[in-house]
Amino acid sequence: MNAPSSTMADRRADPPAPSPSRLRLPLVWLRRAGGGWLMRGCLLLLALFVLIALFAPWIAPQDPTFGELGNGFAGPGPDHWLGTDLGGHDTFSALIEGTRTSLAGPLAVVLFSTTLGVAVGLFTAWRGGWVDTAVGRVLDILFAFPALLLAILAVALFGKGLTAPVLAMAIAYMPYTARLVRGLTAQEKTRPYIAAYQVQGHSAVFIAFRRLLPNITPTVLAQSTVNFGYALLDLAALSFLGLGVQPPTPDWGSMINQGQAAVLQGQPLSAIVPAVAVVLVVVAFNVVGENLGDRLAGRES
Amino acid sequence: MNTAPAPAPVPTPAPASPGGPLLQVSGLRKTYSTGGTQVVAVDDLSFSLHPGGALGLVGESGSGKTTTARMLVGLERPDHGQILVQGAPIAATVRGRAARLARAKAVQIVFQDPYLSLDGRISIGTTIDGVLRLHGCGDRAARAGRVRELLAQVGLGDRESAALPRQLSGGQRQRAAIARALAVEPAVLVLDEAVSALDVSVQAQVLNLLSDIRRDTGIGLVFVSHDLAVVRYVCDEALVMYRGRTMEHQPVADLLTAPRHPYTRLLLASVPRPGWDPDAIGRRRRALDVLPGDTGSPTAPTAPTAPTAPIA
Repeated sequence: MNAPSSTMADRRADPPAPSPSRLRLPLVWLRRAGGGWLMRGCLLLLALFVLIALFAPWIAPQDPTFGELGNGFAGPGPDHWLGTDLGGHDTFSALIEGTRTSLAGPLAVVLFSTTLGVAVGLFTAWRGGWVDTAVGRVLDILFAFPALLLAILAVALFGKGLTAPVLAMAIAYMPYTARLVRGLTAQEKTRPYIAAYQVQGHSAVFIAFRRLLPNITPTVLAQSTVNFGYALLDLAALSFLGLGVQPPTPDWGSMINQGQAAVLQGQPLSAIVPAVAVVLVVVAFNVVGENLGDRLAGRES
Repeated sequence: MNTAPAPAPVPTPAPASPGGPLLQVSGLRKTYSTGGTQVVAVDDLSFSLHPGGALGLVGESGSGKTTTARMLVGLERPDHGQILVQGAPIAATVRGRAARLARAKAVQIVFQDPYLSLDGRISIGTTIDGVLRLHGCGDRAARAGRVRELLAQVGLGDRESAALPRQLSGGQRQRAAIARALAVEPAVLVLDEAVSALDVSVQAQVLNLLSDIRRDTGIGLVFVSHDLAVVRYVCDEALVMYRGRTMEHQPVADLLTAPRHPYTRLLLASVPRPGWDPDAIGRRRRALDVLPGDTGSPTAPTAPTAPTAPIA
């Protein structure tokens, strides 16, 4: 799994220098999240999961890869808060440790696809003309590919694990961001403040990346938030199929996979726990993303 | 329209400069093709402006005046014709930093809507500082001093300098936009309906400000407007455009008192006032649509609004 390193690369590639207003943005959002208990609850939930992912090894009470033979399907209790699975692995610890891979995968997908999509969308809309038309056609073709199918194809070509599916899905998710950025840029480009920058003698690269992009960033972030939920779902599905993260690395998708046989034996807990986690996080990301989008749309009009 | 500030204090034509005209436009032409039909936005436009001069470009929407303004600052490329600033041609396309900066130094523009022409994320002072930095105006401290000077010139202070555009009124924003344009120290300043979006009392302030700046700096003004009262107040010459063509071009005082072209007379008659008859004006307007030598359909010439979609 090389997600962390690629994350760093993306940060560097992400154009604008941090300005205080943008660094303050998440805080401002949190403060104004008073829009409803649902939004607030979802933000808290996501913050909780992020903290769990960051501090997983210190939180997990046991080593999730250690199977206590002869203690399979133990019920919830003081030793195993959420019971154990068939092999006697502690479900709670696996859930905690699995948060890392389950969130890191989609994070890499979103960072890759957003960076790529922003670059493509900004460039094509700024250039216009035949470049715009040609890239638009390519994006249309990419749209026709379901992300999961592309990921499975990548696994078939490059082998199981997290790297190949993450890269494939980054490409599959890129058109969503690219189309959004393209539309926003085309609209923003006609505004007189952009013309003013041109008349002042600024270069196109400066105007596009340092002046126009920051003005559309909030909307792009809202889209990326929604994408994160879908990417998590897709990657979990891939692990469930046994094509993604491989055991013994804990992952929610593969936990559900391993738990499905147990469900038939009347021991559903080890499958239900990770499934609930997936549902909670995906729904939370959707709620937050859509809420941000709605709010931005409201502010625009 | 009928809300002119106090009438015409400025018509003292500056003496013809020894170095020739500041701005010389000759044979300018621009066509747009919309859905297969060619629309002539500006046709064979020629004029010149001496240093410290002020020319009004007058006409209704679709007359080509905004397209002309955009060509002067290089936002549109003319099909034919030449624009000379201080004798040097303005390149149709610029490549490279030096050429971009040179063109910026030649002509700057103030747009119609100050709510849209300033970057909402960036404070006024930082905006102007960015212009100065781009044009290599000294170190941070020197630029800060210059920013203060430029803002003082348009009557804005430190509070406005630190403010974001949305925290300012329309008039303050337009002043900031003027200061931003002046920061480049251009030879010519184009004002594209620059006071149309402002309310009347603020209009008067901004017009006075422009007259002062013109007197103090010798900058040339090209004042694009549909409002004859505004043009009379600031400009010494006016050029009336209709469907991209020059209808007449003469000193403002003569234009207002003795208009030669029927279209100018119509424009003057269109200003609402007591005893004003919109129906009669409508009839005269339709009669004009069959001007001699006019080949286009009556509706076609109104199509070529520039991408900025002028309201006026």
